Amino acid sequence: MRIAGIIVFWLVALAFLYWTRRSRNVVFWPLLALACLLVFNLFFTPQFFRLELREGSFFGLPVAQLYGVPIDVLNHASKVGILAVGMTLVIAVGGIDLSVGAVMAIAGAMMATLSVQLELSPAVCILAALGAGIIAGMWNGFLVAVMGIPPMVATLILMVAGRGVAQLITDGQIIIFNNPILTSIGNAFLLVPVPFLLMLVLLIVTWLATRVTAVGFLIEAVGDNEVATHRAGVSSQSIKFLVYVFCGFCAAIAGLVQTSNIRSADANNIGLRLELDAIMSVVIGGTAMTGGRFYLASSVVGALLIQALTTTMYAKDVSPVVAPVPKALVILAVCLLQSERVRRFLASRRDAA
Amino acid sequence: MNSRYLPLVITAFVLALLLGAGGFFFTNFISFRVIINLFGDNAFVGVTAVGMTFVIISGGIDLSVASVIAFTTIFIAQTVNNGMHPLVSMALVLILGLLFGAIQGWFISYFNLPPFLVTLAGMFFARGVGFIINDISVAIKHPFYSETIRGLAIPVAQVGRAVVRIPFTAQCLIFFILGGTLLAAYSRFGRNVYAIGSNETSARLMGVPVDQIKIWVYALSGFCATAAGCVVTFYMQSGNSSSFVGLEMDAIAAAVIGGTLLTGGVGWVAGTLMGVLILGSIQSLITFQGSLNNWWAKIFIGTLLFLFISVQQLLNRRLKGR
Repeated sequence: MRIAGIIVFWLVALAFLYWTRRSRNVVFWPLLALACLLVFNLFFTPQFFRLELREGSFFGLPVAQLYGVPIDVLNHASKVGILAVGMTLVIAVGGIDLSVGAVMAIAGAMMATLSVQLELSPAVCILAALGAGIIAGMWNGFLVAVMGIPPMVATLILMVAGRGVAQLITDGQIIIFNNPILTSIGNAFLLVPVPFLLMLVLLIVTWLATRVTAVGFLIEAVGDNEVATHRAGVSSQSIKFLVYVFCGFCAAIAGLVQTSNIRSADANNIGLRLELDAIMSVVIGGTAMTGGRFYLASSVVGALLIQALTTTMYAKDVSPVVAPVPKALVILAVCLLQSERVRRFLASRRDAA
Repeated sequence: MNSRYLPLVITAFVLALLLGAGGFFFTNFISFRVIINLFGDNAFVGVTAVGMTFVIISGGIDLSVASVIAFTTIFIAQTVNNGMHPLVSMALVLILGLLFGAIQGWFISYFNLPPFLVTLAGMFFARGVGFIINDISVAIKHPFYSETIRGLAIPVAQVGRAVVRIPFTAQCLIFFILGGTLLAAYSRFGRNVYAIGSNETSARLMGVPVDQIKIWVYALSGFCATAAGCVVTFYMQSGNSSSFVGLEMDAIAAAVIGGTLLTGGVGWVAGTLMGVLILGSIQSLITFQGSLNNWWAKIFIGTLLFLFISVQQLLNRRLKGR
């Protein structure tokens, strides 16, 4: 039974991989890397795939909860995955958002402070935190789209100041909360962890919103050639503005997830350096930093790949301090694969053969 | 006056304002000792920012500097404690930094990769290698550190019974700023860097060896970062591979406040020095004030960044509009 399950899983995975390759889908490359990592674990880390079904409860309702290393990977990758969804769109319009980590801290601080000090209801706290993220996004969008400041500088401002604002909100304290609804965002299970479900919902909604409507097309147009798009009558300003607002919104969700997960708002450390992980996931996913075409699902797979890599190293008892080195090698390899020169070299090799 | 220099003038004005405010509210703020400490304590940021200025003028960015500094400190601490002479160790690590930067530059120019990503990889790599050398803080025990470096401080004034000395770290900063200014303003290399930053394509068409210059720019940044790491060991007397996370953003902020445009082509090393001093004096003001919290520094620096960038943006529009 067990073995049959494993075989079916790998057959489906292989078929999916083959299909993505056939249809020349960009998601093939990060998926291939992820598959290689999993195959490595299949042979060298036997405990990696051990899954366990436990009884649990979700606000009194009995639900099954899956436990195991793969579930951990999904759980831990979802923060960066949520960030990566927003970041993908920002990078697609040729921008970058360095402030997402700080915005996460602001959202977390907002939620915890409102809940603990003003004792507001959880729904209000969550809405306020999301609102804070949207306002932060509007600020970035204003600087980039209206004032025309280069995105890296524009978002650097909030990256520096945002953490200060978050500390101002919490008054420099680490605010601990234990409201069951607020703590469930990052800790509850509905078969799989809630953060992963949030990421999945966000991904699907964003995909529908961009691909079923013309929004995705317009975003790609702005990223590809802003002047031409503008001449064609598209308000590239408002597209850019909206994209940054959406990225702030995603950052707020990620902030809620992390704050809820550790049951406290630590303005100094929430989301610290996660902007880099998010950018990395997007680039691994195949969206070029120069803007243009974007691939939402592929970015999320990039986030999963980074987390799977980290988890694998922990499982293999690689000291956590060494972990940055393989990460660096992965970034470099992905960059190289995207480089014109390497592509041409590979193509000429293929033609010669 | 050429309006090109307006950002530089504004930066100088803000620095004077900050120091003036400090002198107005706190006695002893404008004393020899505080000013010298401002140079000495921020020397490593300044030395890093000199290299960063060149990278930004060329139109790139270098995120790896903080990790390179951390790597340098732990490398020196570990090798010196194992019997190597500090000077040999420093020479070695400076060469390593130069090479590391050059390799990053090679990836950026030869494969035409975005500098942000390559140096991000460099950041993780240097941090990881530092951790592999040693993952705890290591004190440096060597007479060179405890005696020679202290002896290099230059006495400049006598205040009461105490002698005010310019520490060696401040001397390093001044040396790098002077060297950087000369290199940027009066060398062929400097002019080529400005040319690449303004318009890479036309620079290439005019015969600037763009790829070569880019490699040198990142090599210079790596060199400055390792030199900053050496400076850090002078006054911390220890090495730590987990220190200075996020310092690259301070260096970038210093350059931006100093009037360097992140789009490339415009910038001054002297402006960067003022940017570093502004960041440093905000910190000392908050230390002097005592009851203000550290987060106000972050908010204040963010506000300053916003002001400077807006002014630059407006100036740019006006210049282009003409």
